[in-house]
Amino acid sequence: MTYDATFRVWRGDASGGDLQTFTVPVNEGEVVLDVVHRLQSTQAGDLAVRWNCKAGKCGSCSAEINGRPRLMCMTRMSSFAEDETVTLTPLRTFPVVRDLVTDVSYNYEKAAQIPAFTPRPRDPDGNHRMQQVDVERSQEFRKCIECYLCQDTCHVIRDHEENKRAFAGPRFLIRLAELDMHPLDTTDRRNAAQEEFGLGYCNITKCCTEVCPEGIHLTDNGIIPLKERVVDRRFDPLTWLGSRIGRRPRS
Amino acid sequence: MELEKHEYDVVVVGAGGAGLRAAIEAHESGARTAVVCKSLLGKAHTVMAEGGIAAAMANLYPEDNWRVHFRDTMRGGKMLNHWRMAQLHAQEAPDRVRELEDWGALFDRTPDGLISQRDFGGHRYARLAHVGDRTGLELIRTLQQRTVALGIDVYMECTVTRLLTDDDGITGAFGYWRESGRFVAWQAPSVVLATGGIGKSYKVTSNSWEYTGDGHSLALQAGATLVNMEFVQFHPTGMVWPPSVRGILVTESVRGDGGVLRNSAGNRFMFDYIPDFFRKETAETEDEADRWYDDKKNNRRPPELLPRDEVARAINSEVKAGRGTPHGGVFLDIASRRSAEYIRKRLPSMYHQFKELAEVDITAEPMEVGPTCHYVMGGVEVDPDTEAARVPGLFAAGEVAGGMHGSNRLGGNSLSDLLVFGRRAGLAAAEHAAKREHTRGLLADDALADAARAALAPFEREGGENPYTVQHDLQQTMHDLVGIIRTEPEMRQALERIAALRERVGNLSVEGHRQYNPGWHLALDLPHMLLVSECIARAALERQESRGGHTRDDFPATDAEWARTNLVCSRAPGGSVALTRQPLPQMPAELAEIFEEGSA
Amino acid sequence: MRTRDDAPVTTTAPRGSGAVSAGRGSGGPAPRRATIAARTLRTDRWWVQPLVTVVVLLLFIAYSTFRAFQNAYYSAEPYISPFYSPCITTRCEGDSFPEFFTGPAWISPAIYILVLPLGIRLTCYYYRKAYYRSFWLSPPACAVAEPHRRYTGETRFPLVGQNVHRYFLYAALLFNVILFYEAVRGFRDETGEWGHMGLGTLILLVNAVMLFLYSVSCHSCRHIVGGRLNSFSKHPLRYRAWTLVSRLNARHMQYAWISLFTVAFADFYVFLLATGTITDLRFF
Repeated sequence: MTYDATFRVWRGDASGGDLQTFTVPVNEGEVVLDVVHRLQSTQAGDLAVRWNCKAGKCGSCSAEINGRPRLMCMTRMSSFAEDETVTLTPLRTFPVVRDLVTDVSYNYEKAAQIPAFTPRPRDPDGNHRMQQVDVERSQEFRKCIECYLCQDTCHVIRDHEENKRAFAGPRFLIRLAELDMHPLDTTDRRNAAQEEFGLGYCNITKCCTEVCPEGIHLTDNGIIPLKERVVDRRFDPLTWLGSRIGRRPRS
Repeated sequence: MELEKHEYDVVVVGAGGAGLRAAIEAHESGARTAVVCKSLLGKAHTVMAEGGIAAAMANLYPEDNWRVHFRDTMRGGKMLNHWRMAQLHAQEAPDRVRELEDWGALFDRTPDGLISQRDFGGHRYARLAHVGDRTGLELIRTLQQRTVALGIDVYMECTVTRLLTDDDGITGAFGYWRESGRFVAWQAPSVVLATGGIGKSYKVTSNSWEYTGDGHSLALQAGATLVNMEFVQFHPTGMVWPPSVRGILVTESVRGDGGVLRNSAGNRFMFDYIPDFFRKETAETEDEADRWYDDKKNNRRPPELLPRDEVARAINSEVKAGRGTPHGGVFLDIASRRSAEYIRKRLPSMYHQFKELAEVDITAEPMEVGPTCHYVMGGVEVDPDTEAARVPGLFAAGEVAGGMHGSNRLGGNSLSDLLVFGRRAGLAAAEHAAKREHTRGLLADDALADAARAALAPFEREGGENPYTVQHDLQQTMHDLVGIIRTEPEMRQALERIAALRERVGNLSVEGHRQYNPGWHLALDLPHMLLVSECIARAALERQESRGGHTRDDFPATDAEWARTNLVCSRAPGGSVALTRQPLPQMPAELAEIFEEGSA
Repeated sequence: MRTRDDAPVTTTAPRGSGAVSAGRGSGGPAPRRATIAARTLRTDRWWVQPLVTVVVLLLFIAYSTFRAFQNAYYSAEPYISPFYSPCITTRCEGDSFPEFFTGPAWISPAIYILVLPLGIRLTCYYYRKAYYRSFWLSPPACAVAEPHRRYTGETRFPLVGQNVHRYFLYAALLFNVILFYEAVRGFRDETGEWGHMGLGTLILLVNAVMLFLYSVSCHSCRHIVGGRLNSFSKHPLRYRAWTLVSRLNARHMQYAWISLFTVAFADFYVFLLATGTITDLRFF
């Protein structure tokens, strides 16, 4: 069941690099990350790659496989033909550190800017009471493993480095949606979503949803509802008027 | 020498659950706090935890309370746990879970709107607060977001290679940035180790590359002691096929939610392996076991939910007796017992994991599972109330600390352990730093230079050995000779091989340069792995009985004398490991009573 | 305990900001991206989908523009083309929707009518995706570089106007009522007697249903019926409505395309009847 596969792997750093070709054995049931590890231990001991759990739970081994943002640990070799050349490149949206490792600090900077969770007080008995139906929407977004594939594929920053300043990317738009739908949270982040985190930059072309390894419906369940909530607040005179005279409390 | 230096009150090594909880507490106690971690923030091994956080919140069973949890924990650990740690853990876990909700965590709910709790092996009542089967992710994300909100400094992708000490204890730590290979040192009177476990020394493991035992090793080298190192938990259910995913965890929740184990003949073999110790509380027939899921009051637990050591040994025996699956495991079947919708709702990531990695639909066919190295019960010997190690200023919490779980850890108790003792360690570390406000040790230049020299040594050698080969040989040795079933000759052989590997580690060489070089990183991790492996092998050889996560083929029974004895590893002159016996701390009478009253 | 702004030994990593240092110990500026010249390394036929979208939408636009300006052959009793319903001019023969508007006869009534369905489709969250990708190539497909030098998305005029989508939804719902009315009128024969049904009745009815499903499955509708609430448990009825709309919303794309075809086909069928090319298949 073993065969020799041809891999083209981008090697280099910020000063430059290129695709190098390797021939490497592949066994039954393996994933791309197994092959990369074999390259490391047999042909290129210093091949830089970031990985942790190898089970699709930590979101470390993000890369682009044949041009598509994927987790290396969840891409089975059986999804390629045996004579197909597999091209591995680092995430294109972020600065490269070395080989397949990129500097993802953009994401950590955006995460730090999001206004923190601010809960309402606990019930008198010390518990928070919430119904399952009320937590489910935010729970979907909390499945996020922060692999940043959505950030990588989003053309707003992938093709326009200059937008990074004004746009937080899909991962953090769903973080804002998660907080806005959180049954305990008391902060209104709708203005910030539009003005500080660049919700308006999203043109809902859904690439983030397509690449999400957790199957989170970023666009339909997160970003669009957030856009609608912003409309309530900023673009809908009726709702705005209603909230002014207190007839439509946020509930 | 180019060296980046920082000064803090508390430096936390490791950014998993324990590390982040410690950092939060230290920060909130007023200490200037830094977290140093080998991976990116939020990727620590805690994300792999699936089942839940054990805490006697009594949301589903009002009968549950800390005394029951304490009793379960002690019995699960075969009474070798440090009683005080088990007590604090059981008492404080519910509060630690509730405060996560104040930081944004969203657990699954009961119909009353409280945190839902699920059944798990060894726990008398449904006790695990959970979010589907991704509780670890929820825990790490909540703590990560709290850490960021508080503005705590995090040094990501940064590895600590040495703890620095003077005559009065800890003075700081030395490490390197993985990205650039440059050195960095932190001057701090308190260091909290929260580095996790040692699983990467084994071939089949559920642990990630980070689990190289570096915290255990750093503590030992700084003069601290390790306790209970012979106890390594093999989780009964890891994936066995395909080979590339061998060892990846299959959560115990599969069994908690109705899954059963069968051998190749289709028998629920766990009924043949109920030990006397648990016979009174375990179902004897399949009917009774099946009734238990709906009526826990009048039925006893299915034997699939015995503590992990019992189940792992049973699976091991079935496979050895030739009743295993084609790929050398046993069947874990939930497909024939629960609806597809239920399975997808309760076990979404298991469904996903098998679908993607093994092309198995767990709602339609059984899984193949087998034991996998999962957790080390042993670790840094600490004071139960403050998590202080024997070196002043050194603290340890989470998997790297020892004592809490005795000879075997119950599922769900690790996440609560992280929170309870992470918090205590952070608090004590901040207090210690405050006490040392005017008497802080400085980083000695010669110690820093020595640490840097040692780190660069693999680059100096040409034509030496490939670190990946040495790692592979170590994993094979530990798997074959110090695995789930142990014998004296095999362990003697293991010690010889470890000694030979040490020679080879002294002769490693790596290619390339210092910038993000995995070969070099591994070369620096290997000495830690060897030291910890030696501790495990030595302690396992010494303990001539079987108990919990330590099974001796040549001494299959428990032994009354060993029930009162701990094994403690310390650093011997010349870099090897010294072993001493130490009496088990005695439980006060009012706690001992818990085991005499309703022992059913 | 020291204050947080005590001078450290050296400062290279960010301090006290929570902004974590992602392995950038040197503190220098962020290094650059990997140098890869290709616009995309995708090996699949990523261009097929945008191409198909362009072709189908252009065909529809061409057909509907022709029919809207044709200002003829839109009525064949008891049917009326959805492009021209409600019949708002006196040129409608027979007993149609109440006549309440009479514009200059040379302006096709379809022009007034089609503005609103055009509005909901232009601002629809699904069609936005479709035409941003296929017509504007922004991006043409995932992980394929777009050709534009600058990009501001929907942050400024005119695209910020996409946020009015919900008003077009309200208007579209009104049209859905009218189309059902017209479909029901198809159960009368050409003399106005009830108890008739022809293939045209069925076509108008299916079209009305599909357009209705397209409207109620829309993201704005999902928000309005319940998505805006944070506590579903306190509003069980709205939660049920939201659950239902959510289920439809998952098929919003399908409804968008199906209803596009049914509306064009319904018009075409009426056209064929009105020109006398075919006669209606009568069931009873």
